[in-house]
Amino acid sequence: MSAVVSLEDVHKSFGALKVLNGVSFDVRKGQVVAIIGRSGSGKSTALRCINRLETIDHGRIEVCGHVVSDERVDLNRLRRDIGIVFQSYNLFPHLTVEENISLGPRHAKGMPLAEARRITAEVLSRVGLLDKLHAYPEQLSGGQQQRVAIARSLAMSPQVMLFDEVTSALDPHLTGEVLRVIEQLAAGGMTMILVTHEMAFARKVADVVIYMHEGRVWETGAAALLSSPATSELQQFVGVTL
Amino acid sequence: MMGYKLEFADVLAQWPLFVQGAWMTIQLSTLAVVLGFTIGTLCAIGRRSRYRLLSFACGTYVEAVRNTPLLIQIFIVFFGLSSAGFKIPAFAAALVALVLNVGAYTCEIMRAGMDAVHKGQIEAAECLGLRRAQVYWHVILRPAMEKVDPALTSQFVLLMLASSITSQIGVEELTAVANRVQSDTYRSFESFIVVAVIYIVLSWMMRGGLWAIGQVVFTRRRKLGTLA
Amino acid sequence: MGGAFNVNHFNFMLTGAVWTVGLSLIAFAGGGLLGFAIALARVSRNRLLRWPATVYVQLVQGTPLLIVMFLCYFGLAMLGLNLPAIVAAGLSMTIYVGAYAGEIWRGCIQSVPRTQWEAAECLALRRWQRMRLVILPQAARIATPPTVGFMVQVVKNTSLASIVGFVELTRAGQIVNNSIVAPLLVYMLVAGIYFALCFPLSWWSRKLEVRLNFAHRRQPDLAFAPA
Repeated sequence: MSAVVSLEDVHKSFGALKVLNGVSFDVRKGQVVAIIGRSGSGKSTALRCINRLETIDHGRIEVCGHVVSDERVDLNRLRRDIGIVFQSYNLFPHLTVEENISLGPRHAKGMPLAEARRITAEVLSRVGLLDKLHAYPEQLSGGQQQRVAIARSLAMSPQVMLFDEVTSALDPHLTGEVLRVIEQLAAGGMTMILVTHEMAFARKVADVVIYMHEGRVWETGAAALLSSPATSELQQFVGVTL
Repeated sequence: MMGYKLEFADVLAQWPLFVQGAWMTIQLSTLAVVLGFTIGTLCAIGRRSRYRLLSFACGTYVEAVRNTPLLIQIFIVFFGLSSAGFKIPAFAAALVALVLNVGAYTCEIMRAGMDAVHKGQIEAAECLGLRRAQVYWHVILRPAMEKVDPALTSQFVLLMLASSITSQIGVEELTAVANRVQSDTYRSFESFIVVAVIYIVLSWMMRGGLWAIGQVVFTRRRKLGTLA
Repeated sequence: MGGAFNVNHFNFMLTGAVWTVGLSLIAFAGGGLLGFAIALARVSRNRLLRWPATVYVQLVQGTPLLIVMFLCYFGLAMLGLNLPAIVAAGLSMTIYVGAYAGEIWRGCIQSVPRTQWEAAECLALRRWQRMRLVILPQAARIATPPTVGFMVQVVKNTSLASIVGFVELTRAGQIVNNSIVAPLLVYMLVAGIYFALCFPLSWWSRKLEVRLNFAHRRQPDLAFAPA
């Protein structure tokens, strides 16, 4: 089966700082991949390169048939196929939940209002927040805002979803509701790449775990990896966080 | 102050002239605000542009206007244009000068408002597949306007007061009327006091009007009552 | 009438510019004192101080400076008080600066964080001691960028004194133009001189603001967008 997401020998520097040092991995359709590692290991950067929030210096990235690393790639079409959820949710504060979610379908896809509303209601009930349709982000808790952010990405019917440490900014008692939604999406067959600190969650939900260290894929394998790491770096990392 | 009694009767008898003058002030200010706001917003977008030449040109325009007096700007537009062969009526020259003036200040205010929009939201909008122009309209401009609404209101009221300067090139607005009435009735003090009161009332009306527009446009502010 | 623009004309305009600077300084000195008093009055707990100050600011901020100048020059003359142009202009500018600077400074005093007031209170300082030792010094630091920015407005507004006959830069330009009738040249030159006076102040104000925000890690305060 061909890969939905494929990174080949990706290098990236920010000025003098080399952040990605030859990253290569593939993600197949329906797989859930968790990327773990210390701060500075390059995991968020790698994620952001996949939908071209960052450009790479060397290597090749391909997603759903788009060659992301190519300068001439059609960014808008690419981004409709890839959904991303950010650590700080980034909901639009001046729009209601409904307007936040329907913005993409209406204006990026040119969907008529009625259909956009239908899709909005559908994704919102999938994350369990249909009653908040007309609320403003500031009226919601962190966990609710993040679920709305997930719904917003879902509304675009992406083929791949990226999650950039989406529970790191939440109070501990709020992470559960977000993780449950992510688990449901995984069970539904969505292809997902998660950068996360939640080890227990990664072990439970991920098909593949990638441990990044010093800008490289240091170790990769099934989720059981976390119980029996092969390299000393991963042993240390897991020992520290569990 | 010996032997002088304040008498408003003669001055107040000229109330139709005052109404005309006030109406001219309102027309001039409203047009200048609408056009100036548009130009200023476009200028702010230009100022933030990647194209260095555009950014520099907008910046030069803004600095030139903000560091020279409005009176001189009016003279340059009016006398300058007519000496170059373009004879335009005083109202038009006044309007051009006022539009350029409020445009420059609006540019700086809107720029600050747009800069205050969190980078993360712009990223989120781009990641939804929206094009640059759509991102500007839906995600940057509306929150920016809501945030700088107080500064914009103050600026527009100042413009309305500054329109008094256009009396110097012959525009028949409120201050020109005051001068006419005082030379007819010899009641300078009373004439100017009456006009001052009218200006104060106009400034309240303007603030009220802008606030009402804000309530319509900024639905979040209307529903939640919170500041941006 | 006629003749070319020569160095005498330019010197005449420069002399006018000196008077522009002079009037600006007078306005800032007089208006500064008044503004300071008004700012303090507006944050006072005493209603008898607060209300008159508020009314004063509302009145002046709702009236064009030109009307204030006309009142001081023509209006007072009609009441028997014949002020020379410079005095009338200085008085008008003082009234104007007092109100606007007072507003700016009031805002700065009120933007000193609440926690500072509370900390000073807990040190058992009396109200005026708190103001003098804790609040005002911090307010002064916050106030520096917008005040320098406001100076630009003051310099520009002195141009209105030309209308009541005071020979500052704008009036000097008008006189030269009446003589040689070259409005575009004359007024562009006048604009250039104003720019030379104002731009350094604008630039300095922005630098101060950057430094202040860096020190306090704040967003620039949009309430102080200058006139």
